[in-house]
Amino acid sequence: MKPAPFAYVAPRSLGEALALMTRHGDEGKALAGGQSLLPVLNFRLAQPAVLVDLNAVPELELLAAADDGGLRMGALTRHRQLEREPLVAARAPLLAEAVHHIAHPQIRNRGTVGGSLAHADPKAELPALAVALRARFKLQREGGERWIDAADFYTGLFSTELQSDELLTEVVWPAQPAGSGWAFEEAARRHGDYAQVGVAAIVRLDDAGRCADARLVFLAVGDGPLVASRAAAALVGEAPGEAPIAAAANVAGEEIEPRGDVHASPEFKRHLARVLTARVLRRAFARATDAGQAEAPRG
Amino acid sequence: MAEPLREPATSLSVTTHVNGVEHTRSVEARLLLSDFIRHELGLTGTHVGCEHGVCGACTVLLDGEPVRSCLILAAQVDGREVTTVEALAPGPEKLHPLQEAFWDSHALQCGFCTPGILMTLVAYLRDNPNPDEEAVRLALSGNLCRCTGYQHIVDAVLLWAQRAAAVGTVAGGSAADTAAPKPESSRA
Repeated sequence: MKPAPFAYVAPRSLGEALALMTRHGDEGKALAGGQSLLPVLNFRLAQPAVLVDLNAVPELELLAAADDGGLRMGALTRHRQLEREPLVAARAPLLAEAVHHIAHPQIRNRGTVGGSLAHADPKAELPALAVALRARFKLQREGGERWIDAADFYTGLFSTELQSDELLTEVVWPAQPAGSGWAFEEAARRHGDYAQVGVAAIVRLDDAGRCADARLVFLAVGDGPLVASRAAAALVGEAPGEAPIAAAANVAGEEIEPRGDVHASPEFKRHLARVLTARVLRRAFARATDAGQAEAPRG
Repeated sequence: MAEPLREPATSLSVTTHVNGVEHTRSVEARLLLSDFIRHELGLTGTHVGCEHGVCGACTVLLDGEPVRSCLILAAQVDGREVTTVEALAPGPEKLHPLQEAFWDSHALQCGFCTPGILMTLVAYLRDNPNPDEEAVRLALSGNLCRCTGYQHIVDAVLLWAQRAAAVGTVAGGSAADTAAPKPESSRA
């Protein structure tokens, strides 16, 4: 298999990259890690006239602590860095936990955070994680920039707010408030395969140990990251325990709209969603409880 | 921006080090690294299976880290270091210790997946010289083998680890020395 012919250009600065996107964005594609784009090119499902290779743009390589306790990440941050960098484990531990589910080391060595977020594959982990963690994306075009919340960025199947002359250049992963717990789970037929269902949970306990805030975001069961807001709302005000977790899991199973495929019926995916939701909530509440105890004064 | 814009080109010149040898070729922009290695350089040890990043047969090292060569353009390795399975054995009469362990454990049947598995594993074992069985299976999860059922491949890796540990004790060297070279740059 060979991609259809295209012209290739590798800019050496962000300014040049943005100028090239202005000139070629309509007929071209930005190439980051290429782990989703190259298969599409190899199958000739896409035949862009121009590829703008971002891999030599130094401004897109960034991994730094944000002032608010969160994390700033350039678009060229590789999945492998999520796995290996202590700063990620310290400031966005949900990413470090989830990244092992993303494909295989050979893919993670190349695949980028910006590429995955912009590609908006409904089965990809990072878009759902970005919505769960309330990440913010920096979108730049020649002579301008804007910031957008992850939840507003995704507009449908492989569809986003990103315009053809724009690049997603940076992601900010905000710090989670005190008393927060988090967890990620997915079910795939083999390790590293695309998920049949995946879910991220973030919960926060108040001083009395009751759930003050909860967020459940699914992947692979909708056109994009799917926020299960009814299931999350069922948890608020409850003390962590098996009964509220089971209730929320049941609501989540109803709230998602999975499509059946050759490997799994919609009913089976709803079952997976209930099981995985219960698992992530148990772990997230346990972490939130531990976090609360660690903060409490010791007598 | 004062700088002039580069012009997109459908063919370009690539200079890359493959197994320590510098090669310069004029290539089509759309040429995949896997086809560059096989057709331009004649290094047919790198096998091409699915050509969309699923099977792992085309795995090579790019600056010391395993990647799918079917998901990288030849144009993207300009100035970089590529290592293929041909670099493993020190000579025609002697195998790499991991290849030796594959032989001894009957870890290949048709052999199509073997180069990709070896290249995946040399990098993995460089970083994790003493894995248990579960870790080996996880490390292999990105490489498909349709003959062996994986059991003898897992056995081979554990045999390598056992031998490497023994060598390490006697010679005082690290087991990782027998695996892959360290990446030259920290670029991920």
